[in-house]
Amino acid sequence: MNAEIRGIKTAAEQGLATAFAGARDTLPGKGAVAALRDDAFKRFDAAGLPHRRVEEWKYTDLRALMREAKPLAGPADIRKPADIAAILSGVDATLVTIVNGRLAPEWTDKNASDPGITLLELFAFLAENTDYRLGQMPGHGDQASLLNTAFMSGGVGIRVKRGAAERKPIHIAHVFSGDTAAAMYPRSVMIVEPGAHVTLVESFSGPNGIDYQVNSALELVIGDGARVDHIKIGYDGDAALRISTLGVTVGAKAVYKDFSFTTGGAVVRNQTFARFAGEGIDAFIGGASLLKNKQHVDNTLVIAHAAPHCDSRELFKTVLDDQSHGVFQGKIIVEPHAQKTNAKMMTRSLLLSDEAEASQKPELEIFADDVVCGHGATAGALDPGLKFYLMSRGIHEKEAEALLIQAFIGEALEEVAHEGIRDDLNLAALRWQGARG
Amino acid sequence: MPLLEIKNLHVEVEDKKILNGLTLTVEKGQVAAIMGPNGSGKSTLAYVLAGKDNYNVTEGEILLNGESILGMAPDERAAKGVFLAFQYPVEVPGVATMTFLRTALNAQRKTRGEPEFSTPDFMKLVRDTSAKLGVSQEMLRRAVNVGFSGGEKKRNEILQMAILQPKLAVLDETDSGLDIDALKTVSEGVNRLRSPERSMIVITHYQRLLDYIVPDVVHVMAKGRVVKTGGKELALELEANGYAQYTDEAA
Repeated sequence: MNAEIRGIKTAAEQGLATAFAGARDTLPGKGAVAALRDDAFKRFDAAGLPHRRVEEWKYTDLRALMREAKPLAGPADIRKPADIAAILSGVDATLVTIVNGRLAPEWTDKNASDPGITLLELFAFLAENTDYRLGQMPGHGDQASLLNTAFMSGGVGIRVKRGAAERKPIHIAHVFSGDTAAAMYPRSVMIVEPGAHVTLVESFSGPNGIDYQVNSALELVIGDGARVDHIKIGYDGDAALRISTLGVTVGAKAVYKDFSFTTGGAVVRNQTFARFAGEGIDAFIGGASLLKNKQHVDNTLVIAHAAPHCDSRELFKTVLDDQSHGVFQGKIIVEPHAQKTNAKMMTRSLLLSDEAEASQKPELEIFADDVVCGHGATAGALDPGLKFYLMSRGIHEKEAEALLIQAFIGEALEEVAHEGIRDDLNLAALRWQGARG
Repeated sequence: MPLLEIKNLHVEVEDKKILNGLTLTVEKGQVAAIMGPNGSGKSTLAYVLAGKDNYNVTEGEILLNGESILGMAPDERAAKGVFLAFQYPVEVPGVATMTFLRTALNAQRKTRGEPEFSTPDFMKLVRDTSAKLGVSQEMLRRAVNVGFSGGEKKRNEILQMAILQPKLAVLDETDSGLDIDALKTVSEGVNRLRSPERSMIVITHYQRLLDYIVPDVVHVMAKGRVVKTGGKELALELEANGYAQYTDEAA
């Protein structure tokens, strides 16, 4: 193909350039961090916002969907921590609250009593962990990810110590607070040392009716033999635009389970870049989305099998009502020496309305010759035969539909290992159905 | 008044005429067998009674206790006491059998203005009923019909019938796909539900089922109509002579 010729900048791109010029001297982190920001913005600015002719962003044309760059969000107090408590109502978790892209110490649990983890504000964490180099994660070079690196305003750094036993989950709650739209760029790091076991929940929430913007990134490093369950919950306000990047490197014989649950937001993209770096990894990456109105939700994965004998399964379920649009892109790359890879990817969309749209693109790029890989994609309406069967037993039409929708989404939710979190998500799916009427 | 009166019923499916002036009366407490060759409209009759979509009634009426059910949705008919035991019960992934039974029973009761079953009462009802049908607790925990054998699916249909206690049960080829032991279990389950208050329509292609569920009356269907009615000995005659005479007659 021809080199992309850069056209005139959009209003949003110009706004981003102005914002970066104005903020670069005051954004936190000096030296290497400042250099990383400059490099990231330069790389972003060279290509601009990704659009439909960029294959990785084909179905989520950010240039069209992000009309303007909102001003950078300032510090804010959230009035009631109850808003956060409602996100995981049935789960006792260590709470880390990030408001408008900055750690909020007043709503963050101090964990001095827990010797298994250290938890610090991001830039304090980087200052203490000088051996950790930010920006090495898979997916660093993605345009949205570069934008986060350029503007990152804070977040949390967590280290789970070698062999630490399973504890209560850690919940990083990202909250937008404010009466007018703004943009926030939280960035966090979690290092899970070999043999440690941890459940991490990341949630995103904010008010309805305000078109705030979130561009978040999490760097996750999973040591050999560790087990990590990562659950991302999207309860954003109905006008929000959110892009969340996860860059994860997984060590040998680790167990890694990742789940993205989305009901909120106007435009959402969860993008996961995973690298399976050691042998014998057991991984699951999946998600469930329940969408209505004109919501646009994109789950995109790029999974690199870089070592032999790794198993990965992917299962994404999307329920689409009204004029919503669900996107799934999953690319599995099996590198030449990653023999005995076993990878199965499945995406299913349930269309409840004639105007809803599902775009699904599973891809396999296999460079090894002794692997078992498969993928599948389905999209369809509720099975009239199933509905008739339930109704013929006396179950009302709406209730029959609700049972079938819950069953559809439930197959994915079963993969959430933590019972309390799973129950909360099942209830959220029921609430979504209740609001459907 | 008969429990069920079907008068001059004409039904089209995808513009194809399947039922062609069918008239049938089922008395309260009666077990009526409907026999007939493939394509005579037996299963269509079952679906039309249950209210399946896309079965277009162009003429005639169906009265249950004197009340027309043609305008009613399937769930309303179920609440009025109509039950169809499916020839091919569908698998419902993700919906546990127990949840399904309770949802169905309570939905019907709610529609009829009756109080819902409490959890302990419901559990006892299911435990007692399932034991008689050889339906294990493990099956009840599984998703409806998922991974069930043919025999298990049919037993599950009869279990639902026993829990829901319909006034009119329509058994569509309940014998198909069953070995002789499963046939006996299922038939015993059905016979236990025979009552002066309950009518049944037993649809079958073969006489074999009627050795176990002995009908009060046998109707022969051909080309979308009832062409002959007789006692249970009519089934034996059909077994001996086949359906050829009826298909010719109706032609």
